[in-house]
Amino acid sequence: MTYSNPESLERIAREHLAELESRTEPLKPKERLRIPPQVMPEQPPEERRHNIREVALGYGPAQARLEALRCLQCKNAPCVEGCPVRIDIPSFIRAIAENRPEEAIAIIKRNSILPAICGRVCPQETQCQAPCTVGKSLKNIAAAVSIGRLERYAADWEREMGRAKPPEVKPETGRKVAVIGSGPASITVAADVRREGHAVTMFEAFHKPGGVLLYGIPEFRLPKRIVEEEIETLRKMGVEIRTNFVVGRTRTLNDLLEKDGYDAVFIGAGAGLPKFMNIEGENLVGVFSANEYLTRANLMRAYDRERARTPIYPSRKVAVLGGGNVAMDAARMALRIGAAEVHLIYRRTEAEMPARVEEVAHAKEEGVQFHLLQNAKRILGDEYGRVRGIELLRYELGEPDDSGRRRPVVIPESELVMEVDTVIVAIGNEPNPLIRQTTPGLQIARGGTLVVDEDGRTSIPRVFAGGDIVLGAATVILAMGEGRRAAAAINAMLAEK
Amino acid sequence: MHRIVEKKVLSDEVFLYRIEAPLIAESRKPGQFVIVQTDTEYGERIPLTIADADPVAGTITLIFQVVGDATHRLAALPEGGVIENVLGPLGRPTHIEHVGMVVCVGGGIGVAPLHPIAQAMKRAGNRLIVILGARTEKLIILESEMRALSDEFILCTDDGSRGRKALVTEPLREVCARTPKPDQVVAIGPPIMMKAVSETTRPFAIPTIVSLNSIMVDGTGMCGGCRVTVGGQTRFVCVDGPEFDGHEVDFTNLMQRLRTYKPFEDQAHERCHLELQIQELKKHA
Ligand SMILES: Cc1cc2nc3c(=O)[nH]c(=O)nc-3n(C[C@H](O)[C@H](O)[C@H](O)COP(=O)(O)OP(=O)(O)OC[C@H]3O[C@@H](n4cnc5c(N)ncnc54)[C@H](O)[C@@H]3O)c2cc1C
Ligand SMILES: Cc1cc2nc3c(=O)[nH]c(=O)nc-3n(C[C@H](O)[C@H](O)[C@H](O)COP(=O)(O)OP(=O)(O)OC[C@H]3O[C@@H](n4cnc5c(N)ncnc54)[C@H](O)[C@@H]3O)c2cc1C
Ligand code: SF4
Ligand code: SF4
Ligand code: FES
Repeated sequence: MTYSNPESLERIAREHLAELESRTEPLKPKERLRIPPQVMPEQPPEERRHNIREVALGYGPAQARLEALRCLQCKNAPCVEGCPVRIDIPSFIRAIAENRPEEAIAIIKRNSILPAICGRVCPQETQCQAPCTVGKSLKNIAAAVSIGRLERYAADWEREMGRAKPPEVKPETGRKVAVIGSGPASITVAADVRREGHAVTMFEAFHKPGGVLLYGIPEFRLPKRIVEEEIETLRKMGVEIRTNFVVGRTRTLNDLLEKDGYDAVFIGAGAGLPKFMNIEGENLVGVFSANEYLTRANLMRAYDRERARTPIYPSRKVAVLGGGNVAMDAARMALRIGAAEVHLIYRRTEAEMPARVEEVAHAKEEGVQFHLLQNAKRILGDEYGRVRGIELLRYELGEPDDSGRRRPVVIPESELVMEVDTVIVAIGNEPNPLIRQTTPGLQIARGGTLVVDEDGRTSIPRVFAGGDIVLGAATVILAMGEGRRAAAAINAMLAEK
Repeated sequence: MHRIVEKKVLSDEVFLYRIEAPLIAESRKPGQFVIVQTDTEYGERIPLTIADADPVAGTITLIFQVVGDATHRLAALPEGGVIENVLGPLGRPTHIEHVGMVVCVGGGIGVAPLHPIAQAMKRAGNRLIVILGARTEKLIILESEMRALSDEFILCTDDGSRGRKALVTEPLREVCARTPKPDQVVAIGPPIMMKAVSETTRPFAIPTIVSLNSIMVDGTGMCGGCRVTVGGQTRFVCVDGPEFDGHEVDFTNLMQRLRTYKPFEDQAHERCHLELQIQELKKHA
């Protein structure tokens, strides 16, 4: 894709919009379909790969309204079905088209409490935008209405105008709820439960709240300021946030219920345990989990080498193993930390990559080199135990597996060696076992996730769970949706007693 | 926020801090550690063993050696000052049992984490032999505390400035050769010392526990930065340890991994010296 400058994108949109507005007839569907999909203004690739600032700059008002005019306002609104939290998409888009952003954000907030975040990080192409009639009519999913970007636009508008107000809190009920973790699932529960007037304490192991939104997803995709504002909203609502508190160690879950008098507990501890490949050389110096690399970079701000005191490995040639969002983030972060070359190694093809399409495109534009149908066999070290290279095997696609994706099959004797000094393993995360190990009676599924019913109840009375600790590594919006459901059940339970 | 209620200088480079941390004081067990960060925005997170705790006063005791940037900044805090973040207690507690005769071997700053374990071993009814080693007299810590606990006490320094002029492995070998031989050895100190201790006890087939000081970030099992190879398997020191069977640990790999950030650390330490000097000058100006 060729790069377009943000000012010119908005200027062209303004002219186009003026032309459409000068007409008296309402737009016909055909005409709507002819409006070009609005390109997201971005920092130029050669610039952004050296800075940590957000890549996507957001639509200006004309671009947003023009994009909103592309929506056909379908009666059956298939897009809504694609959204895990069922935002009333046509209505909020119409409000943007008609230049009423305050109404748009109010509609979105009926279903989602984190629109500035979801608008940025939702995998829209597999969710709300996948079934969009516009994309279908144009036979191109990429040409669907950019629902996520419009959602972001409305949320950013509200924040930048200083209109965001903490939700109202009902009078104190005297009941109290503990929320473990501070990722999107827990943020949602804290807000929804607090709104009903119950006291809420949020417990976070790290020194700052936000979960993966803070330590995992990089600044260049999700500015930390936005996450901090969401946390600040919780504080304003009266949620108590206790950092440096590991449930299972500082205190057990049973202590919270029995000694500390919490009426209910929500577990939103996420899936933070990094998987390794269990191959030779994995403990060499210069091999990192993506979690470690990104935590050093994001949470500990190692990218700010002037001020941060947490070290990050000085890499020249980096191999990243994996094809999800985590792998893309690690690869793009490595460029920003100063690596000269970053190679992404994935054992299937681009079509099977679980990463958001936009992140894959961004990674390529920034110069990440993709090596598909290859996988690591072992990591090679030098006499000091430092990485000097990685031995790879080539693969081809065979029969589809359980997930419907074609299974990669190794090609015998296809070994090749790539010289690198750093290997970042980004092949997935699992739930951390700490809470289940320290909470007798908690029912566990295969893979270590917690078993819950449709309202998020675990096998222990008064204990609920949701987000990645239930779903395995999933998405922000699913975590939020689960939080919503669990909060409703908690509120119902507390209202009964 | 955790107030430093007491600050003591134990030796040139070693400090004892008693800090407010009531919940940790209540739940900690011997062998566990905390992660400390002096500054929330840019500070490094470092692991330190809980050397002692007073649940009534709500305090824990940390003993640390100044080796680099983070420990230097920690040492610069005054009594009454605050440490912004303290997380814990982390790690598996030491398995304490009545086994008979236990030898506790401590090297340098390793004596600090060894102390609560020795205490618990003694309380469990074991006969306790303590062997302490340090490079030189000035670096010996907790001598009287350890001496008071032990049934037999052996002190050595590398340079002979106090006690026997020997490495800890020398008296250890003699003790192992006695009949009856010790039932258990616990060794904490620099990796090279723990490696030597493990090699010393191996021919005698005496179970040997070591406490590993790998590099850490979160201390809760989510980064994998602390991983070590034990018995050919990858283990996380923060959640599977910090104690492991010394005969199974790949010390070479541990020592290599500890040097991961060496150039950066040296630079940071330099910078830290300068910054702290400037602060001092400003105070006096
Ligand atoms: C690098 C990366 C990129 C991603 N990109 C995307 C994306 O683009 N789009 C998308 O939708 N999703 C993305 N995801 C996934 C998404 O971030 C997660 O699905 C989501 O954050 C899960 O939310 P959660 O509330 O379940 O838990 P988390 O966000 O994982 O938060 C859990 C929190 O609980 C804390 N905790 C854990 N155990 C304890 C304990 N015992 N006591 C106290 N606190 C504890 C943890 O420290 C953590 O802060 C990404 C994930 C990663 C790692
Ligand atoms: C479980 C555990 C318990 C420990 N208990 C004590 C204790 O009671 N007293 C004590 O003095 N020391 C203890 N240590 C070691 C202590 O954490 C390091 O000395 C400290 O992190 C050094 O930080 P620095 O910035 O001052 O030095 P740096 O200049 O950063 O490094 C100096 C040395 O410390 C190691 N180191 C650096 N960063 C870390 C890190 N984040 N985690 C672990 N090691 C690191 C480096 O490999 C290097 O060898 C313990 C370590 C572990 C893992
Ligand atoms: S929350 Fe996500 S899936 Fe739902 S409309 Fe917004 S971007 Fe689409
Ligand atoms: S499916 Fe597409 S065109 Fe139809 S209402 Fe939804 S966003 Fe608009
Ligand atoms: S310190 Fe991160 S996993 Fe052990």
